[in-house]
Formats: sequence, structure tokens, C-alpha cells
Amino acid sequence: MKTIRASIIGFGAVGQGVAKVLLQKADYLKDIGIDLKVIAIVDSQGAEIDTEGVDLSAALSRKRTDGRVGLENITGLEVIRTIDHDVVIETTPTNIETGGVGLENMLAAFEHGRDVVTSNKGPLAMKYRDLAKAARSAGSTFRFEATVGGAMPIINLITDVLAGNKIISVEGILNGTCNYILTRMMEERASYEQMLAEAQELGFAETDPTYDVEGIDAACKLVILANAIFGMDATYKDVDVTGITKITPESLILAEDSGYVIKLIGEVKKDLIRVAPKLVPNGHPLAVGGTLNVASVQTDLAGTVTITGRGAGSIETASAILSDIISIYKK
Amino acid sequence: MRVSMDIELKDVPGQLLLALNPISELKGNLISVVHHHENHTPRGLIPVQVVFDIKQENLDAVISRLEESGVEVARVGEERFLEHIAVILIGHIVHTDIQDTIDRIDRTGYAEVVDLSLSMPRIENPSSAYLKIDAVGKKELKDAISLLKSVAAEKDLLIIEPIETELT
Ligand SMILES: NC(=O)c1ccc[n+]([C@@H]2O[C@H](COP(=O)([O-])OP(=O)(O)OC[C@H]3O[C@@H](n4cnc5c(N)ncnc54)[C@H](OP(=O)(O)O)[C@@H]3O)[C@@H](O)[C@H]2O)c1
Repeated sequence: MKTIRASIIGFGAVGQGVAKVLLQKADYLKDIGIDLKVIAIVDSQGAEIDTEGVDLSAALSRKRTDGRVGLENITGLEVIRTIDHDVVIETTPTNIETGGVGLENMLAAFEHGRDVVTSNKGPLAMKYRDLAKAARSAGSTFRFEATVGGAMPIINLITDVLAGNKIISVEGILNGTCNYILTRMMEERASYEQMLAEAQELGFAETDPTYDVEGIDAACKLVILANAIFGMDATYKDVDVTGITKITPESLILAEDSGYVIKLIGEVKKDLIRVAPKLVPNGHPLAVGGTLNVASVQTDLAGTVTITGRGAGSIETASAILSDIISIYKK
Repeated sequence: MRVSMDIELKDVPGQLLLALNPISELKGNLISVVHHHENHTPRGLIPVQVVFDIKQENLDAVISRLEESGVEVARVGEERFLEHIAVILIGHIVHTDIQDTIDRIDRTGYAEVVDLSLSMPRIENPSSAYLKIDAVGKKELKDAISLLKSVAAEKDLLIIEPIETELT
């Protein structure tokens, strides 16, 4: 049995999902030889620290009732620098202007020789090169499956399962909010504004939906793929982006009459990173509805491989984080 | 009908005009002329491909007049549009002169708008259109789409193309 000491920095939807999944899978993890101890949980207000292992159930209910995880007045950065542990689970908010606190946390983690598993797109969309270099020179492992497509295992599919293949292109739906809105506009013959309001009511869209509906979120995910899979040195600013705000119900009907649906498609291949609404033939593997995400990977040996899955959600995203953790520490 | 014809001309001045005269005399409408100056035929002639629209009953007359004037007619075929694409436009399509949008594709000679459905909800709201474009080949289709894209950018229209895999 190997004891792995972890910190969770950021205790919102995803961070709490990770805590729940670790509780639920504790026995399974022990069966495969991993004794995972969370030694610190940090949110924006403070931290809960126990080098013998934080009580995750208590931390979850404290967060639920008091709105904060702990009373220790210590930041994520200080936890990463001063408390001995193996892996930093970084789930703070995405910041695509500077990379935000997530970028500082990840760089500090590597500086102290810790591994990083994250769902936070901002640092990777802004500074992938620097992060990969820092991880390499520290001998740390850096895993970020959860940043692209939530539970849909796109990065590990390409780097592990399809190893040896040359990747020609990746194309797909990388934002569940846009997919939901377009699917519902079609079903209800309703306007973009109406279906955005519905999505907000159901919690599928943020109060400020800009980041999703203007294609920025999908663009960040493409940048991560471009850098991690295609070895590019791209940032969000290199993406040619068109969102869904101008799509009319009439255009969806005209498309349907001719056997198409309209989807917000992200596409990355040599010299091209683009997000734009596209016509997808009915029945095509990319024509998935609801909040689903989907990606088609075009390869030289395996041909085209398409996967679909839930692109967001607390437990779904935690699943991707868990699988990254297991793949690092399972012997 | 639209005809594509491969002819062979002597490498002396004035030959091309000689070849094109019968087409206009018989009310044909010339679409394109591709001159392969660098590829002489074994007999030292220059191959030229002409595409033109003409009434079917006049085609034979064009061919005999060409041959009378010493132009070799190597191949005659009806031009077919082999490649098709569907696109959607969204914006102020009518206000920005839809006829001009279509004409700019049709004027290429290698592509044309063969189908158009327009949906206008209310006068001040953006309208949507479904366009089908045919072209003589894959390259021509790509060119027609880039042309349409630049027209759309100029007129502030959103253009929605099919995913790549559909094109190949
Ligand atoms: N939700 C999804 O389905 C999903 C899917 C894929 C990827 N992601 C990404 O995963 C990350 C987390 O998403 P989320 O939905 O869990 O966001 P969230 O619910 O807003 O949670 C963010 C957490 O980070 C904490 N935080 C903010 N600033 C901090 C700081 N300086 N130091 C420490 N903690 C700080 C917040 O503290 P308070 O609790 O005190 O406010 C909160 O606990 C984001 O980068 C997001 O883009 C999310």
C-alpha cells in the first residue's frame, strides 16, 4: 500500500465532487494499492488542514452549512509551499486573462516537486509551455484530463490508448451549454434568448453566459488540445472564434429541412484552431443533442475514433480527476 | 446547355480569336478559357479548354465552323457540376442585396447557386437562408466558398458551412 498525500485547492462544484468521489471510492483505491489522504482543503476564505487526513464528510457538510471549509487562515499557495504532500488537486476558477491563482498554484507545486491534477483550463490555455517545462524540470507529473470535455476521456484516449497514431485532427462539440441551447431552439422552434433563459434557469448556463455562448470556453479547450496533442504553442488568442448568439430558429429549421443540425464545432489540426457553428448531417456521429460533448479524432492508423460523454458536472468532472490520480499512482 | 470543349490551336498570333468567333456568332456565352501555353501537344499545337453556354441546336454548327477554320476539336462534353455544398447564411440578407450575393458566385463560371430558401421572420430581424452551390470540381467548390465567405464578411452575414468530413 502506497500512501499518497493530496491537497484540494478550490472547493466548489468540482472540488466537492472530488471529495465525494474519494469517499465513495476509498475501498476501491485501497484494493488497487493507493491509500489517498487529503491533508488540506482550501477555498477562497481559508483552509482545513490535517496531516493525518482531513475528514472529508465533515468538510463537505461544513462547506454546505457554513459556506467555508475551514477556519485556518492560510492560502492555497502557502499550503502548496509549506505542507509536505505528493499531489495538488487544483480546482480554482478559470481565469483566461492571466491564468489567475491557478497558474501560481501549479507553478509553486512543480517548484516543490509535487504532481498536479487539475480541471482548471485558464493556466493551460495561457501558459501551457511554461507549465509543461516546469513539470518536466521538476520531474513532476501534470495531468489535466478534466479540463477538456469533463468526463469525456479525450486527452488520455489520444495520449495513452491511441499511442503510436499520428493525430490528424480533432473535431467536436466541447461546450455542453451551447449544445443544450441549440438543441432546445430546434426542439421548441424558439429564439436564442428564450432558450438561454431556460438553460440559466436549469443551471446549465451561468448568469453571465458570455464565456460559453461566445465560444471562448470551447476555444480554451481546443488550445489545450493544440498544445498537449499537436505540440503547438498556442494561446486562446490564436483561435478563430464565432459563437452561437446570432443563430436564428429559422436557420435551424432550414437546416433540418435539408437533413442537417447546427452545432458549435471546435476543430484543431495543423495550422488551424477554430470554433464556429457548423452544419452536421443528421445521424452523423457528431450530431449529439442535449448537454452532451463529443469528439472525433482522426488518426493515421486507427482511422476516425469518436467518443461522447458528459462535458461538465461536479461528479463527472471529478471522475476525470480520479482517473488521472489513479493513472499516476497505480503500479 | 453548358459545354466544355478542348481545342488545339496553332502557336501563331490570332488563333484564339479565330476559335472564339464561332461561339459568339452562334449566340454562345463564353464562361471561361484556360490556355495551356506550356503544354504543346506532340503535333506542336497548344491545348485550350473553353467552357460556354449555348443552345443545344447550335452546338454542331459551332464545331463545324471551328473545324472549317482549322481549329482542332479534341473533345466536346456537357459540363456537369460534380460537387455540391449546402450553406446557411444569417443576417440582413435581403437588405444587403441577395441578388448580388448570388451573382458573385454565378459569375465565377465554375460554380452557381442552384437552390435558395429564404426565411424572413420580421423586417427588422435578421433573416436566414439556405443555399445550395454546385461547382465543376472540388477545388472550384472551395474557391466558391472562400468567395462567398468574403462576400459574407463584407455584408456582415454569418455563414454556416458543413463540417469538413462532409466535403471529402
Ligand atoms: N463545474 C464543471 O462542471 C467543470 C467542468 C470542467 C472544468 N471545470 C473547471 O474546474 C474549475 C472549478 O470549477 P467549479 O465549477 O468547481 O467552480 P466553483 O464552483 O466556482 O468553485 C471554485 C472554488 O475555488 C475557490 N477559490 C476561489 N479563489 C480561490 C483562491 N484564491 N484560493 C483557493 N480557492 C479559491 C472557491 O472558493 P469559495 O467556495 O470560497 O468561493 C470555490 O470553492 C474551474 O476552473 C472550471 O473551469 C468545471
